[in-house]
Parts: sequence; C-alpha cells; structure tokens
Amino acid sequence: MREDSRSVPETVERFLDSTLESVDSAEELTVGLAQRAGFDDDDLMKIGLAVRESMVNAVVHGNRYNAHKKVRLSVTNNGARLTVRISDQGEGFDFENLPDPLAEDNLLRTSGRGIFLIRSFMDEFRIQRLETGGMEVTLVKYSVSK
Amino acid sequence: MSVKLNTRQVGDVSVIDVAGRITLGEGSSTLRDALRELVGKNHKKILLNLGEVSYIDSSGIGELVSGFTTVTNSGGQLKLLNLNKRVKDLLQITKLYTVFDVHDDEAGAVRSFS
Repeated sequence: MREDSRSVPETVERFLDSTLESVDSAEELTVGLAQRAGFDDDDLMKIGLAVRESMVNAVVHGNRYNAHKKVRLSVTNNGARLTVRISDQGEGFDFENLPDPLAEDNLLRTSGRGIFLIRSFMDEFRIQRLETGGMEVTLVKYSVSK
Repeated sequence: MSVKLNTRQVGDVSVIDVAGRITLGEGSSTLRDALRELVGKNHKKILLNLGEVSYIDSSGIGELVSGFTTVTNSGGQLKLLNLNKRVKDLLQITKLYTVFDVHDDEAGAVRSFS
C-alpha cells in the first residue's frame, strides 16, 4: 500500500459476457480501481491475477462460455479494504474436495492451481454456492497490511 | 499485449525468446504450438527464455508444465532462462521452481545441456 494514498470509496458493478475478453475486462477494471485506491504494484499484480483466475473459473468452468449466461462482477473500495465479488450462473462444483496442487503427485498436473493462487494472493477468500444456482467468490485485500 | 515468440538456434540448443503475457487463450496456445513444433522436428534441447514475460497465470504455468512433460517424454530437455521476480515467485509458491532447471545466464544454460 502506498503511504501517500488518499483513496475515495468507490464501487463498480458489471454484468459480463461469458468470454475470455470479459476476463481481461474484469482484470483491467479491478486493477484500475485498486490503483486509485492506492495499492502498490506488487499488490496490483496479486489482485489482478486473483481476479483473472476467478473470472476464468466463472467463464470457463462455471458458465462454460454459454452466451446466455452472465458473470456478475462487483468491486468495492471502502478505504480499508478492496472487496471483489464474482458470481456465475453455472452448475457449481465441489469446492471442498479440490486436489492439493502442492502434493507431490499433483505437481506436474497442467491445471488445478487457480484457487490455490487466489488464496495465496488475497487476504480473504470465500466461496459459496448461490441459492439461484452458480457459485460466488469473494476476494478481499486489506488496504493496510495486518 | 499478448505473447510473442522468436525461436533461434545456439549450437544444438533451440532457444525460444518469449515476450508478453502467457495467459489462458492465445498466449498459452502459442507457446504450446511452438514447443510441439520443436518436439515434432526432433529438437531435444530447448531453452525457454522468459526474460520479457510480464505476466503469467495458472494456465500459463500449466503450459510450462505441459511443455516440460512433452519434451521430457520425447527424450529431450526443457530448461528455463531469465525468470523475472514475479514469474520466479509464482514457480516458488507452486513448488515448481525445483522441478525446472532454471538459469540466469544464457551461455551457462546452453552449456548445461548434456
């Protein structure tokens, strides 16, 4: 966090198509807001990557590129923390039994590292199944490190 | 900017200079195609120069692993050169840094191929 930052509370919300272009848009939009909130370059990279991984999960694994399904993105800076919520309209998945990507047998797997990276780069990570179907992830980065 | 690749020969080592972002979509598929082409032409010594890679996501990491497996299974060697701090950090937290043979000096990397 930059010490001289004077961020103004801000919220943006978008309903995005289930495309890879939306992944780029969500990352760009979130990093822009985080930059205005005063996060430093290292945190911006971490926030951007966490949002990218979450968006890929929503677009590819959740909505499966379905043109009729949307991804909701909400980003809020309240001065103390940046909160990102991303939800899809997919079938959901068993998030409690994900393989450990650091296990020796899994090291050479070509996928399965997305949620691990999100957890590594954000201060809080929550995932829940929505009553309306689909999954919602909540990512939080503190403005002031604990 | 997406990814840009340039392949050159240094002796019997094929060096792929990678620049840009290795992410899901064009970035990772371009890298996959380049590695498969070299393996298809029976190139056994491949050095991936990531010095100009600004960004890599989990899909890009997956492509590095896939490339490593493809080259190794064909009897070849894939090594990495010039990782910047972000890429190095990503490989370290995913425990892949020790899987790859990583070099900071091209001449030394070329010499290291058996």
